[in-house]
Amino acid sequence: MEAAESHEKQKMYGMVIDLDKCTGCGACMVACMAENNVPFRKDETDKFKSITWMRVYLLSNKKDYPYSDICYLPRPCMHCSGRGGHGHSPCVSVCPAVATDYSHATGIVSQIYTRCFGCRYCMGACPYHARYFNWWDPKWPEGMKEYLSPDVSCRMRGVVEKCSFCFHRYQRAMDLAFTEQRTELEENEYQTSCTQACPANAIVFGDLNNEEHQVAQLVSEPPEGKKKFRLLEQLDTNPKVYYLTSKDWVLSAANRSVKEEAKKAESGH
Amino acid sequence: MKLDRRTFLSIGAGAAAGGAVGSLFTPLPWKLTDDLSIWSQNWPWTPDPARGEVTFAPTTCELCPGGCGVSVRKVKDRCVKIEGADGNPVNDGGICPLGSSGLQILYGPTRIKTPLKRAGKRGEGKWKPVTWDEALGEVAAKLSDLRQKKLAHTAAVYVNGGEGTVNNLFLRLATVYGTPNVFVSRTAWDTYADALLHMQGEYAKPAFDLENSDYILSFGCGIIEGWGSPVRMIRVNAQVAEAGSGKTVVQIEPRLSNTAAKAGKWVAIKPGTEAALALGLCHVIIREGLFNDEFVSTFSQNFEDWVDEVHTEHRGFKRAVLEDFPPSAVEKITGVPRAQVAKLAREFAAAKAPVALFGTGKGEEAGTLYGAMAVHALNALMGRINQAGGVFMLPPDADFNWPAPAMDALAQRSLRENRIDGAGTDRFPLASELPSRLGEVLADPKKPYPLHALLVYAADPAFTLPETEKVLAGLSQIDFVVYCGSQMNDTAAMADLVLPDHTCYEKWQDVPTPPGFARRHIGLTRPVVKPLFSTMQAGETAIRIAKAMGGPVAESFPWSDYIQCLEESMGARLADMKENGFWEAEPDKGPWYTAFKTRTRKFDFAPRIISPAFPDTKILLPTYEALTPAGSESGFPLTLIPYENLRLAAQNVGDTPFLVKTLPDSSLMNQESVVEINPATGKAFGLREGGAAILSTPAGETRVRVHFYPGVAKNTVALPKGLGHIGYDDYLAGKGTNVNALVGLLPDPVTGHNAALIARARIVPA
Repeated sequence: MEAAESHEKQKMYGMVIDLDKCTGCGACMVACMAENNVPFRKDETDKFKSITWMRVYLLSNKKDYPYSDICYLPRPCMHCSGRGGHGHSPCVSVCPAVATDYSHATGIVSQIYTRCFGCRYCMGACPYHARYFNWWDPKWPEGMKEYLSPDVSCRMRGVVEKCSFCFHRYQRAMDLAFTEQRTELEENEYQTSCTQACPANAIVFGDLNNEEHQVAQLVSEPPEGKKKFRLLEQLDTNPKVYYLTSKDWVLSAANRSVKEEAKKAESGH
Repeated sequence: MKLDRRTFLSIGAGAAAGGAVGSLFTPLPWKLTDDLSIWSQNWPWTPDPARGEVTFAPTTCELCPGGCGVSVRKVKDRCVKIEGADGNPVNDGGICPLGSSGLQILYGPTRIKTPLKRAGKRGEGKWKPVTWDEALGEVAAKLSDLRQKKLAHTAAVYVNGGEGTVNNLFLRLATVYGTPNVFVSRTAWDTYADALLHMQGEYAKPAFDLENSDYILSFGCGIIEGWGSPVRMIRVNAQVAEAGSGKTVVQIEPRLSNTAAKAGKWVAIKPGTEAALALGLCHVIIREGLFNDEFVSTFSQNFEDWVDEVHTEHRGFKRAVLEDFPPSAVEKITGVPRAQVAKLAREFAAAKAPVALFGTGKGEEAGTLYGAMAVHALNALMGRINQAGGVFMLPPDADFNWPAPAMDALAQRSLRENRIDGAGTDRFPLASELPSRLGEVLADPKKPYPLHALLVYAADPAFTLPETEKVLAGLSQIDFVVYCGSQMNDTAAMADLVLPDHTCYEKWQDVPTPPGFARRHIGLTRPVVKPLFSTMQAGETAIRIAKAMGGPVAESFPWSDYIQCLEESMGARLADMKENGFWEAEPDKGPWYTAFKTRTRKFDFAPRIISPAFPDTKILLPTYEALTPAGSESGFPLTLIPYENLRLAAQNVGDTPFLVKTLPDSSLMNQESVVEINPATGKAFGLREGGAAILSTPAGETRVRVHFYPGVAKNTVALPKGLGHIGYDDYLAGKGTNVNALVGLLPDPVTGHNAALIARARIVPA
């Protein structure tokens, strides 16, 4: 076992989301909530308090009718590896309780609910608003607890939660592989719930270190006519979620630097 | 020793610093923090879901007509997750947000768990559980009583579709019982089927081979927002984004919808004028000779002018379109620049496999017959019928080989009574039923007769019909309203008796071909879990009601139970359905000389109706007739249109808690619907982003929030469709406004069906 482990290749799981294909249908959001026992409340319209590990944002080109255009942007946790890829993601660096950590074996940023004591430094540090605080105990209407999955612990009031890249699916796949005396996974053996559900096949998930995986190919060579970008790349967070778009306005909206935005805000535009 | 202030302070500071540093060397604060977090997290009510063996069970999703195959992940006996079934030809592993949240329906509080009898006032939500024997006995007794009083025609049946065994069992019950008042939810698909009936001589459903089309011209269809089978349509749309696909979608729509944003081109158009643009395109194609000459000259009729038996000359389609719809006229009606009309027509004609689609939004509104015929004429001009990437015909999924129903004299007589909605009479000779008029008819003091009973299966007329207030008032006048379905929707909430159905995770049932799908595809729902509550398969309910009524009604239901009925109805198809979860058949792809069932075996551009209802010859020559919503322009200067998308379930199934959660705050804010308004118009009316406002139309008034959206035209307000429920639970009921409550009936002048959800409106800051 030890020998096998030491020969295990370092994986770096990541995502490529084709914004040209994404229709904003919300299937990824619901599939995520259903997979991960995400709670819900009677009023979820305050989006700062609404827990959505996967959230679909709406971008607009801000032009007037009929030249207006919109584009949806699904935002899971970016599973940042930080400057130089050393695992110093913004949230991991500030957590006083080691409740969130960067795995060098998979590139996944974990969240251990029972360690978290709810200081919310990580939420302040995360530039993507990917982390959510449980202000209330989760409550399911009568009977609905029946559908909760044992693979994902239910969170309690006072802890922070976020997208895990469906890490429990990785564990299950690895368990299965182990019983078959394998140490490597096939590309389709470990896929996140949102990837699986996406009706447009806009989300591709896999090991960015593995040249045979579609994600690695899409990142190294985006399809003709499409450009790739990551969110807030200039912050050196080194996110592992890549986006593809053929629309220039989407690209320029994504590449706008924080300084530029600040300047605009000051001048009142 | 003298202790001065400075020394005192430095000793104090030193002690504080020392204490702080010192505390790091004791485990006490860490221990306390740890204890505190453990204590604050160990609430006994945080659920600990039971473990067990993981299995996957297949069924077919029934939450919309899309017919997706799903795979339910189970842990022991519990369902924990619904995923798309890999390899299913409809959705191949993909799933929509509604289908994905189906377990919130299976286990949720909107489920009806046992037969219920109304205990309080109608709609008050007070119920008394009753046994199945009592419930079925009461239905049979009430219906038999009406029948004996020769009032069989005053009992109505309302179903959500005309296909599938269960819908047809209810329709059969209506026939043998003897009521002409059957209502089937009317969609754009039915209107297209009517267009096919008139132009091709055969009542058939359109099947669009979109996977093989390279130019999809959509007249307002929400291609990625629930038109057709949602996952399949999103897959089709994603082909466009594939590099080098050479495929394009052109969206003609008044609002920048998701579909418009994802389309290769968005053509902004005035609401309700799509038919005029379709005819404008026909004009350019004909004028420039771009049409398929072989099809038009050999396999069509009434394209050129023609003379009838009494030597009256009639304009053919060609002359009518050339005279009436030049791009300049089309520009005036639709607002689409004439150059763009010509360009679109040339593009459509130049494509290898173009196809034009009909039905605004999800296709839940009937639309106009001429609108459907104009779009189909465009397909015909290019010879796109029975061609790869074009449109094919499918027979309705009602071929069950059932024995002829036993009709007694009573039934035969009362079936001849006029329908309450006037369908089939001289006023509406082209309609077989007009559900959209139900509210108006019931509210009319001069109606031909009152309805004494209404049996609804799986439809939600209280929510989906226009003029909600009239519909609700009308429902409350009916003595006996029975709802048969699995969820407490708005109609169920207004019922006297509720007969709960299994969900699609608990029963055997056939699921008819998804709308627009390229092949016949009958899916099968299967029990993934044993029925959780005291519910009954709705087909079984229909059979038992019939049997309890005895006599000729019972005789027409020769099956011992629903399962036997299903087996006999599906016949040889059932083996495939059980093995794969579905049965498929290709549409008739025959050549043009065998394709049409008209008298002349030709495609008819201007079909003529021969019926006693028309003393003069009635010719259905596709044209555009302006729809004029009620209200004056000065009193109501704005146009209200609905918008639809996949996060807003607006048919007989409403949004689940997960789906409501995905709604952005530009659709719903707290308990209020958010309207989209063009920023310039909004400012002119004194509104501000996020502010409250009062939106009123001639039909009603509501409080809304405002969202400035440049994707709607000036002087237009767009309201999300699917909110404003009175049924369901606290996660959906009372949130937002039902579009139907704000729009009046806007009938198609030709058929009488509701043409569109459009109203005149005004908005003022609240």
